Amino acid sequence: MLRFMIQRSLVALAVAVTVSVASFLLLHLSGDLATAIAGPEATSVQVEAIRVQYGLNQPLLAQFVAWAGRAIQLDFGNSFYFRERVIDLLAARLPITLFLGVVALAVALFVAIPLGVLAAVKRDTWIDRAALSVSVLGQAMPSFWFGLTLIMIFSVNLRWLPVSGNTTWKHYVLPAVALGYYAMPAVMRLTRNGMLEVLASDYVRTARAKGLPPRKILIRHALRNAVIPVIALAAVQFGFMLGGSIVIEAVFSLQGLGQLAWESIARNDFPVVQAIVLVLAMIYIALTLAADLLNAALDPRLRQ
Amino acid sequence: MTGPTDAAASLPAARSPTALALRRGLHHGGFLIGAGILGIILLCALAAPLIAPHDPYAQDVSRRLIPPIWQQKGTWEHVLGTDKLGRDYLSRLIYGSQISLLIGIAAAAISGVIGTTLGICAGYFGGRVDAVVSYVVTTRLAMPVVLVALAMASLVGGSLKVVVLVLGFLLWDRFAVVTRAATRQIRDQDFIAAARATGFSLVRILFQEVLPNILNALIVVATLEMAHAILLEAALSFLGLGVQPPLPSWGLMIAEGKPYMFFQPWVITIPGVALLVLVLAINLLGDGIRDVTAPEGRR
Repeated sequence: MLRFMIQRSLVALAVAVTVSVASFLLLHLSGDLATAIAGPEATSVQVEAIRVQYGLNQPLLAQFVAWAGRAIQLDFGNSFYFRERVIDLLAARLPITLFLGVVALAVALFVAIPLGVLAAVKRDTWIDRAALSVSVLGQAMPSFWFGLTLIMIFSVNLRWLPVSGNTTWKHYVLPAVALGYYAMPAVMRLTRNGMLEVLASDYVRTARAKGLPPRKILIRHALRNAVIPVIALAAVQFGFMLGGSIVIEAVFSLQGLGQLAWESIARNDFPVVQAIVLVLAMIYIALTLAADLLNAALDPRLRQ
Repeated sequence: MTGPTDAAASLPAARSPTALALRRGLHHGGFLIGAGILGIILLCALAAPLIAPHDPYAQDVSRRLIPPIWQQKGTWEHVLGTDKLGRDYLSRLIYGSQISLLIGIAAAAISGVIGTTLGICAGYFGGRVDAVVSYVVTTRLAMPVVLVALAMASLVGGSLKVVVLVLGFLLWDRFAVVTRAATRQIRDQDFIAAARATGFSLVRILFQEVLPNILNALIVVATLEMAHAILLEAALSFLGLGVQPPLPSWGLMIAEGKPYMFFQPWVITIPGVALLVLVLAINLLGDGIRDVTAPEGRR
């Protein structure tokens, strides 16, 4: 187990390094960064001054090493647009996005897991088909359109929930639903398949033969084992949600990390964009590493 | 006297796996619905100049925001109404299907080539090649797709070509994973060893022996990634960094209709439903193909 952990952690580290190289190159390959920063009306003297100021006249490797060194200390420089430190901007916005992600994941799990269990128990009945249909439908909807439709129904027509902003807990309900529904089909199907497999196994048969009440069998014996891969899937889905929150935050004006990323991309605010890509990737790498280790801890067959 | 040849002659002719799969498909509800809807949309896209009632780019500011036919002020001249610049919505919808299908197919094709190459190499050669490819796939999975696509599109400027290329270079991961698994399954089988013993070149083995046998899984992934690409393009265009106006991309139509959505909700409902139906059809088709070509894995 320890060898597995070390091996996986090393791979994660290598991936992290590669991703940081990639996100560094992402912006520096777009052409002359100095001209982009200086703007269209700048003179060549100003462009040259900017080049020196930002160290852009150094060889690429030296620039990367300098940037990476600062990045490890969480110094991402200053935003071009806000004139604040990038790390301060991130610190202000990340909690909002993380909260949104957690609530969205909770919504997805609270709907998908019971639905998956129900679909497995009532296999091939109309409940099963309905659940599968809902999941197929959910995967086909564009998330931003779903968000807009939710706004139209719940904010405008019914006036139950606010349209945009992020001050009260009510502001997170619709965005969480719009973000979370996309993870529901995968979780539901995994739960359903897991439950089907587990319900056909020997120890469940033994439990039934012992005369345990069906609900106890379902929850204490079957669900516990079927839910193991779902935990890992949930961690990975959380990572996807953090990345996909851009669109939802844009629709609901949530002032989170995703919206900051989009606005910074539109404004060519490179330090912010680089930092966000890096932070999101690192979170995702950490999540998948945790999911891998959790899976291996719970199921020894996965340790190779 | 009866002999072995007589017994052999009385057996029915063997059916090819494809014919068998097609026959199963004709009884599979999801497959039929998906193929049917997709076929209709494909026909609309191909016949767009013939069936669209108006020019999708023709503006007429005196006819802005006419509601569709089922509302009070609708007219038959503009069955689905008009948008903020007076352009006929039905025509824009029909021409928009061209864009969605084009981007879906092209992005799936590019990412398919990249992913399949990586996957087959990883699955067939194993060892160090496999380790490198797995590492590349893990790295790609760690990058937030929407964010990277937006950043790349903003650096180069959004357009149809850019969207296709960016999506094609980002969506290959599932191709690689699935083809790797499928290749590993067949790599140790006898017919591969026989091909090698016969002296087939490596390229010939990969193309003639390996590829046809992983084609089923490949097609299923291709449909999934096509749907994925269509949804991503809609999101990119919605955020302004995908297809640019005045092209009738459905995502762009939703973005353009957003300021009016409270009083004229159809401007965002109609393209949204179109996207839903198209992606649903593709997903049903993909699920159907998977069920039909691998019945052992069903349920």
